[in-house]
This record gives sequence, C-alpha cells and structure tokens, in this order.
Amino acid sequence: MELHSNAPTGPIETAWDRHRFEMKLVNPANKRKFTVIVVGTGLAGASAAATMGELGYNVKAFCFQDSARRAHSIAAQGGINAAKNYQGDGDSIYRLFYDTVKGGDFRSRERNVYRLAQVSVSIIDQAVAQGVPFAREYGGLLANRSFGGAQVSRTFYARGQTGQQLLLGAYQALARQVGLGQVELHERTEMLELILVDGRARGVITRNLKTGQIDTHTADAVVLATGGYGNVYFLSTNAKGSNGSAAWRAHRKGALFANPCYTQIHPTCLPVHGEGQSKLTLMSESLRNDGRVWVPKNAADVTKRPQDIPEADRDYYLERKYPAFGNLVPRDIAARNAKDVCDEGRGVGYPPEREAVYLDFADAINRLGQHTIEERYGNLFEMYERITDEDPYKTPMKIYPAVHYTMGGLWVDYNLQSNIPGLFVAGEANFSDHGANRLGASALMQGLADGYFVLPYTIGNYLARAGRDLAKTPVAEDHADARSAKAEAEGRLKAFLDNPGSHGPDHFHRRLGKLMWEYVGMARDKAGLQKAIEEIPKLREEFHAKVRVPGSGASFNQTLEKANRVADFMELGELMARDALAREESAGGHFRVEYQTEEGEARRNDDDFAHVAAWEWTGKGNTPTRHVEDLDFEYVKLSQRSYK
Amino acid sequence: MSQTIKLTLNIWRQAGPNASGQFQKFHRDAVSKDASFLEALDEINEELIQKGEEPIAFDHDCREGICGMCGMVINGMPHGPRTLTTTCQLHMREFKDGAEVWVEPWRATAFPVIKDLAVDRSAFDQIIQAGGYISINTGSPGDANEIPIPKAVADLSMDAATCIGCGACVAACPNASAMLFTSAKATHLGVLPQGQAERLSRARAMVETMETAGFGGCTNHGECEAACPKGISVDYIARLNRDYLKAVVVSQTT
Repeated sequence: MELHSNAPTGPIETAWDRHRFEMKLVNPANKRKFTVIVVGTGLAGASAAATMGELGYNVKAFCFQDSARRAHSIAAQGGINAAKNYQGDGDSIYRLFYDTVKGGDFRSRERNVYRLAQVSVSIIDQAVAQGVPFAREYGGLLANRSFGGAQVSRTFYARGQTGQQLLLGAYQALARQVGLGQVELHERTEMLELILVDGRARGVITRNLKTGQIDTHTADAVVLATGGYGNVYFLSTNAKGSNGSAAWRAHRKGALFANPCYTQIHPTCLPVHGEGQSKLTLMSESLRNDGRVWVPKNAADVTKRPQDIPEADRDYYLERKYPAFGNLVPRDIAARNAKDVCDEGRGVGYPPEREAVYLDFADAINRLGQHTIEERYGNLFEMYERITDEDPYKTPMKIYPAVHYTMGGLWVDYNLQSNIPGLFVAGEANFSDHGANRLGASALMQGLADGYFVLPYTIGNYLARAGRDLAKTPVAEDHADARSAKAEAEGRLKAFLDNPGSHGPDHFHRRLGKLMWEYVGMARDKAGLQKAIEEIPKLREEFHAKVRVPGSGASFNQTLEKANRVADFMELGELMARDALAREESAGGHFRVEYQTEEGEARRNDDDFAHVAAWEWTGKGNTPTRHVEDLDFEYVKLSQRSYK
Repeated sequence: MSQTIKLTLNIWRQAGPNASGQFQKFHRDAVSKDASFLEALDEINEELIQKGEEPIAFDHDCREGICGMCGMVINGMPHGPRTLTTTCQLHMREFKDGAEVWVEPWRATAFPVIKDLAVDRSAFDQIIQAGGYISINTGSPGDANEIPIPKAVADLSMDAATCIGCGACVAACPNASAMLFTSAKATHLGVLPQGQAERLSRARAMVETMETAGFGGCTNHGECEAACPKGISVDYIARLNRDYLKAVVVSQTT
C-alpha cells in the first residue's frame, strides 16, 4: 500500500492557502443535503461539530459522557500555544513550526505542522470572541507565559484550567447549534462499529448507554475525534472513560494505525499508592520551575524521612547531569531519569515498588517566601495535600512519571482523512502533528486547529467531489452493510453477557496495564517487547474466557461498556508492542535501551526510520502489516536534541 | 501508609428510573485510608461482579475534580463532608474508623435517577442550549487583543466560569433550584464586553428554560454555595436576577 500525504508542494508558507483555493466548494443550498457524523465532543469534536453546523451541514454528534462538556480535554491545565508574538520576544509562525518539528524529534510531517502554527493565531481570536476568560495583564491585554522549556512566551492560559475554559467555549458553540436544530447531539451514546459501503465511511453503529438500544446512523462523512489510548496502561492521567475503541473499530475495518508506540509519559504525577488505585493525577509541570528534584544518594536512606537526609547525602540528579537545563529538561528526559534512579533502588515511593522521587520546594520557599510559592502553586499544593495527606510546604512532594498522552493514532493525510474515504480523524485520535513527542500546551492547539479550521474545509472538499457518488448510493439504515455492522456489534456484546466468567473487566485491565508499563513503558528493549507480544495474547484469551458481565445489555450497564473497551485495549496493546519492536531507534516518547548515545540519550536512526509506520489490520490472530510513509525535511534540518 | 478503617456503607440501589429504590448495606473491614471514595466503591463493585451481582452504578470520569461527572450525596451532603471537594477527590481518611455512611444520588425532579447513584442531568445542557453562549460563528472575529478587558473583569468572569456543572447546587437546594449553575454561566458571559449584546436575552432564555426543565425557584437559602466544590458565589444569583428583571421590563416596554 502506498501512502500519500496529499500535502501541497511548493513553498510551505503558502501551501495551506493554495490548497484551500484548489478545493471544491459545496453550494450553500446543498450543504443541508449532507449529513456528517462527529464522534467525540472534546476540543476537536465539539469545535468541528459546531463549525460544520454553522456552515449548514446536518450534523450528528455523539459522546459517551452524560454531557458534551465533560470530554477529557477539560482536564488540561497548562495552556495553549499560539504564534501571536504579543510579547515581541521573537516568536513567529515559523518558530512555532520549527519548535514543534524539533520537539517531535523529527517524526512529523512538516506541512501539517506549518499549517498548525499558522492557524494557531486564529484559535486565540476565536476563543476570545466566544468569551473564553484567558488571563490578562492589568492593562487589559492577554497575558502569556513560557511553558515546557520554550524560549518564548507564547502560551495563553486561564489559571490552571485552560482546557476547561477552551472546552466550554467549544461546548457552548455546539450547544448553540443544538438549540438552533442544526446539530443532533446524542449524549451517553457510544460508537460500536463503523459502517463501510463501497469502501467509503457511511455511518456508525451506536449503543445508547442509558437504555442499551443499538442504533444505526448513516451519513456522508464520519469524523472520529475520540481522543487517545493512554488507558491501555490502566493507570494514566486519562479520564476513566477515555478509550481507544472507536479508533480501533475503524482500524479493524481497514483504517491504518500510525506510530502506536509513541506514548508521552508526564514526569510530574502523583505516585501509585496501592493496588486499588484507579487513576494517576497530574501536577502541572510548571512546578519544576521552582521545585528541585532529588533522591537519596544511598539506597539505604530511602526509608528515612526526607528532612533527616542531610544535603550531602542527596542527589539532585537532573541538576547534576544536565547543568544547563537542570530541573527543566524536557518531559521525556525528566521521566526517564526518574525511572533510572528508582531502578537503582533509590526511589522514595510507597513500598514495595518505591517508585517516586522528591520534588522539593524548601529552597524556593527560603528564597522567595511561602507567600510567593502559594501565589504561584497554591491550588496545586492544595490538591497534593488533599490526595496524599502531606503538606508540601513542609515536606517535599513525591512525584513519579505517568502515561499522559499518545502521539500515535489513526493515520491521516494532509486533509485529516484516513485511508478510508469519508473517514476523517481529529485531535489526539489522529497521529499527525506531534511526531514522536508533543510539546507542552500543544494538544489544545491541535484539537482546536483540526476542528475549527481544518476539517470544515477538507470535509467540504470531500463532499463536493464525492457528492454525486454519495447521492447515487444512498445508504438506508437497513442497508446490508449497516445490518452486518450492527450484527457484529450485537454479537460482541452478547458474548460478554453470556460468558460465565469469574472476574470483572478491571481485573484484566490492571494486568494488561502492568504488562504494558513494564515492557512497553518508559524504556523498552527487544527482549521485553517480544515478551509483551507473547504475553498479551495469552492475557487476551484469558480475558475473553473469564470476564464476567452481570446484568443485561438492554439497560444501563457500565460493566458491559468497560468489557467492550478492554477487549479493544487488549488488541491495541499488542500493536503498540509490535510497533515499538519494529522501530529500532529511540525517538521522543519511544526510548529503546539498545539505541542510546554514550551519555544515555535517545539516538535516532534517520537513515532507516525517518518515516511514519502505519499498521494494517490483517485479521484476528494474523500479524499486522507495517506500511511506511517517508518524511521529508525540506525546511528543518535534522539534528540531535541536546539539553546538557 | 495504607492504614485501613472499618466502615458500614448504606448505598442507594435503584434498578431503573421507574423502579422503587432502597438502601443496601455493605460491611467493609479494611478500607484503605488512601483510597478515594470512588476507589472504595470500585472495590465493592469488583466483589459484586465476582459474585455475579450487579455492581453499583455511579457516574465518574476524570477523577481529578474537573469534569463534573461524579456526584453523590454522602451523609446528607452533596460530594460528602469535605468542603470544596468533588466526590472523586474525597478520600477515605475523612471518615472515622467504624463510621456508618449513607450514600444517595442527587435528588431533584429535573435530575431523574437512571440507575443507583447515576442521574440524568441533561436539563443543565438544555439551559446552556437556550442561551448560555455568545453567538459567534467560526471565522475571523478580529484580533484577540482588539478589546482590552480590565483584569478585574476577566478575573470575575473566570471565577464564574470555573463551574463544573456537577449539579451539587441543585442537590443541596431545598427547592432543587438551578440558579447557582445558571447565574454562574450568565455572569461568566455577561460581564465580558463580548457578551453584552445578548446579555438580557441570554438571562431571560436561560431562566425560563430552567423553570420549564423542572428546577425550583431560588429562595435564598445559600445551601448551593456551601455545597459547591468550586466555591461558586451566590452573588451571581443577584446579578442574574437583575438582568432577568431588566429583560422582562424591557420586553414589556418596547
């Protein structure tokens, strides 16, 4: 299979403009004749659904939560990047583009990233017009901060709740279209299957989670904006309901899954406290601006109270190894170093694993006073105290890395269309713009860029060009392909309900998570990945044989929802391991122990792996096929990241 | 760490919207003090599933206090005994060893029970759909810094905008009024320059939808603010009342 990015050639600065001009338009009067389905109502989904509704298309939007406002975009804390250069500190569209390609360790498509940087400025204008209350200076203009090690202040924020405020903006735009009758919104409704007719995406099979009713929704185009798959690891900073099922169902129908091994591990999360733990909480990495990371020099000291360990016996390992960047090294480096010191037996977390390191504010409090620290991080300190019952003003925080974001996702071209015509993928669900590592404050930017400013154009172009074909083959709910998709979904649910079983889905999900964290986690090697590829299918078989789902399918049944999602994680986890095994290099969030520099840093292999790996489903029990899209770097010179 | 306590949990079980419900008693011998309230329920649920019984249904998602999906009345208090805390952020160390705990769903006509502790809060969405937005299409609205907004105004707007839409205010109100929720949205948008054009029509549309959705009226008990995990202020209700009255008067005189 040949993969074409369909990105325009010629000068990158005008590529998107030229591409838009070459698009066919849908006559305003004809827009209402087209139905577009949007699955997911986070930043990407809500913004796409609202905008498509405003343009006059019939839109059907779906979310599994009880309200569109709850999508997990809401939890993003730090901010959103945009190349406004309001601070006059040297930022530009080109610099944001450059930083994003470099930060992604040269594994993203230049033209997509350039467009992202271009539309970033429009996102801020749009959000402000909607009433998003970004932080402001006393003069009334928008405030910015530097974030995640960026050398310019390009991050816009709304306290520590930027994701919440941007999502509410998009949710309100969507609610307006619902009120106007332009969008039909289905809450508590989950996609079970994709409907393909003549190779095109023509609808979805859904389950109403309240009543259990399974319905067929047909359409002219389908958008998946269903988020990432970090919950493969069971413990992550994702919401409990976040899942990879919509993407996985599309993958099983032929959509390629790109770079599944690229996982972002966030360095500053609360450590695991015990077996019953259900989720990991992220603490904004802005804490590293003032906190100093350390562990005891001697493993024998790990059981001592931190205040009893004298300065001379502490190892501020980030400051020691990276004197230039110190505690502010990028996420992947901070995370991996925490793992290394814990692997050496110097971790200070809860026994028996003891996986945690100290983040100490004592120096900052001495230097700046408690008041300043309280002003900067008060809400975070309070959250920490609430969860751990320890006062971080008095004793150092304990932190440990956790799975946070997945850069991989369904393969899409420049139009955000998958290899299935009519199936578009947006936000974290696609693989596109972050390469092997996403920069802080760029997830919100990408979700909204896709939904507000890319899809409304590219879907229009698709409908204008395919309109005649689509009109010739109207797909009714009882179309044979829709019926078979529905039967497939019903069969899957019935199998869970009929299974005698012994344990709930969480029992198996936890075990999958442990396998993934151990073998496909922060540092991977060949033997471990092969072990994962051996063990996951065994666990999957055990899961299907022993999972127990009480209750019926014709009612609110959260165990059934969970079992169905875990079944897909069991397959997706294996693909992640296969992708990690095949990528014989280290890049961004993918660190292979065998491929590192003498200094222990990630070593890319640009000769053999400057490409996107896109996997094709070849049937149950078969080895998937790896396809390749080569990446060209015309503008940004490939170089080795160095933070020494 | 990982000390445990003994608890007796009385949890509301209701098979469906029209079924009658009752409390089911669970004796727990070793609940980890470090567990969150929802993790304690997870543990009960895994045991129920292993016995082939239906687990306790409850809504939850982010488990970090921001999505607004979780919520249950614990010992008579929405989201439980700790102030400014959602149910998912409540930890078992808040309870005394040997305590008896009563757990119920939000109770309000406008929030019918779906199952056990899960309720239908779509009435909140209807209020937003009626006018809780600024009418602007995606396009080119002009540069974001064109209209300076005094920091104090932006901060007030942000204070109001932190509402997570969980519904604790409704559950706490003797009248099951949604005025705190509605006024927070009206204030968030109504104090901003961008929100002025629709300020009165927005207030009117939202209040009227709130009433038809089955919420009660506000009679100034103030229970809502006390229960709100985000500390949303009742002052916003006075603002909304002013705008609503103005809207009604304006429509009668023009």
